[in-house]
Amino acid sequence: MALFARRAVAPLEYTRKTWMRLWVLGVMAFLYAPLLVLMAFSFNDSKRNVVWKGFTLKYYVKALANDSLVEALVNSLTIALLATVISVVLGALAGLMLWRFRFPLKGTVEGVMALPIIVPEICMGVAMLIFFAKVQWPTGLPWPLNLSAITIAHITFCFPFVAMVVRSRMASFNREQEEAAKDLGASEWQTFRDILLPHMRPSLVAGALLAFTLSLDDFVITFFTSGPDTVTFPIKVYSMVRFSVTPEVNAASTILIILTVALTAVALKLQGVKAFAEAH
Amino acid sequence: MPEPIIQIRNVTKRFGKVAAVDDVSLDILAGEFFVLLGPSGCGKTTLLRMIAGFELPTTGQILIDGQDMAGIPPNRRPVNMVFQSYAVFPHMSVADNVGYGLKIAGVGRAERDERVREALQLVSLAGFEDRKPDQMSGGQRQRVALARSLVMRPKVLLLDEPLSALDAKLRSQMQLELAELQDEVGITFVTVTHDQDEALSMACRIAVMNKGEVAQLATPSDLYEFPANRFVADFVGSVNIFEGKLTLDEADRAAVDCPGLGKVYLNHGVTGPHGADVWVALRPEKIYLHVPGEGKAIRAAAQDAPEDHNLARGVIKGMSYLGDITLYEIKLESGAMIRVSRPNLSRRDQEDFTWDDKVSMHWRADSPVVLLG
Repeated sequence: MALFARRAVAPLEYTRKTWMRLWVLGVMAFLYAPLLVLMAFSFNDSKRNVVWKGFTLKYYVKALANDSLVEALVNSLTIALLATVISVVLGALAGLMLWRFRFPLKGTVEGVMALPIIVPEICMGVAMLIFFAKVQWPTGLPWPLNLSAITIAHITFCFPFVAMVVRSRMASFNREQEEAAKDLGASEWQTFRDILLPHMRPSLVAGALLAFTLSLDDFVITFFTSGPDTVTFPIKVYSMVRFSVTPEVNAASTILIILTVALTAVALKLQGVKAFAEAH
Repeated sequence: MPEPIIQIRNVTKRFGKVAAVDDVSLDILAGEFFVLLGPSGCGKTTLLRMIAGFELPTTGQILIDGQDMAGIPPNRRPVNMVFQSYAVFPHMSVADNVGYGLKIAGVGRAERDERVREALQLVSLAGFEDRKPDQMSGGQRQRVALARSLVMRPKVLLLDEPLSALDAKLRSQMQLELAELQDEVGITFVTVTHDQDEALSMACRIAVMNKGEVAQLATPSDLYEFPANRFVADFVGSVNIFEGKLTLDEADRAAVDCPGLGKVYLNHGVTGPHGADVWVALRPEKIYLHVPGEGKAIRAAAQDAPEDHNLARGVIKGMSYLGDITLYEIKLESGAMIRVSRPNLSRRDQEDFTWDDKVSMHWRADSPVVLLG
């Protein structure tokens, strides 16, 4: 029956080639199998995280009852939120400056701004440690001021990412739109609010997501700038793992994964996936 | 004589050492369709941007409606501009685009809606209020840009290469529509273009610019039929230019001896110094093509020039059939090339001549233009 006969695979129909499908499957497994295993074993009814013994939710209860773990999570989220907001503002301003103006040593400024992205994290961490020690940054402040050192360190490596995304987005801006707005009577500020900002928006969302996730899972730099009373989530997990990898760690990690995925989804939903895709 | 709405007085604009606009003075009259025409880099866009306020003159003065524009930023000038890229705001609907200027000016919602509706009607975009610019064609986006400017009721509307991004058919349609629109709203239009067809078809007056200076300011027909210099003759339309010496110059007749073309006779004076080096410009469509010998007979019958004047012979070296006309490249006896166009008045006219045919040519005594510079 011709109706049910499968068409021959055309030369460029890669998605219908068996080897290609297997390859894609392999890539997916490589990327996501560890995560799936981690999530699956958070429901494992066993102290050792090696053999499947049965389904349970008790490690979630245990994780949420672990005060120091919850505190670390709250710390991490607070730092990430603050670092994101400040990075987006600073990064957007820096990106705009690099796009809009010509000034002496612009190339140098651009290079220096990218340094926090290139410099190995361990060096950044040590540098931050020395810096805060030298300026005698106050420690032992009440929450959330005790997170200020970590937050500042996070802003340092987050805002260049925002600046880069904003700058590349602005490269596609048609300057005649700005002139058109002014021609229609808009002031400098009105032009920024009505014309430039809407064009920047996708890059601000993308930059914010980048900054948030970078801050949330940073270990090395945080390790050097945190004190005994300012433990963040990654550092807490690390210290728990040093004793043993219990399903409690799995449960905590799963919560974090779900949290970030949900936040990203909400951000994309708010902005429209299209706008997000435009930024890249 | 209507009042000038824009007065440009000795305006010079330098970018570094280069003078993009060099000591230009001209008046643009209220209600006219004024075109700045010239090749790219001639300073026409710079001049337009100085009127809009996006560039400041290095020296000189620009007055709009009698008011000196020095120190007045673009957002407070009584002019609006349609940009080459249209610069329609992509994140706003058509209605929001058109209403943007009114919103900034603090016009209330009800009046704004009404004026936006009127403006869209004017550019035949009624019913497109809620569309986004990316759902529209280039021609429609241009109408949005037009409506967005017209809704502000400016004293002068500036248009920067308004039709350059449109395809040929749409362009000629929009040329007519723009001219009609200008007639309807009565606003002064100042357009910049490098396209001479566009300029000729729309303008009341045209300023041809070259290297930052105004080469000639005239009506379209004067520009074409009475060019002031070789640049204008060559830039506006197609032309044959031959160098020669002025041998006769009286009130009602003149003659030029061109080594390349032959003896040229004119039935009017040119007021040039006798024996001066001049140039003769002859439009391709003003040259008549004949089989050899026939031209002389016609010339003799017409008797608008002395014997052996305004005649030439040559061989057809190139032909291009364009439908309405056929263009011929003819090698004259002197070795110079001349370009002749011939209307195809009946269906088989293009078969009259072909490659390597010997032909003779004649032109009327009022056709050549003598140029002194």
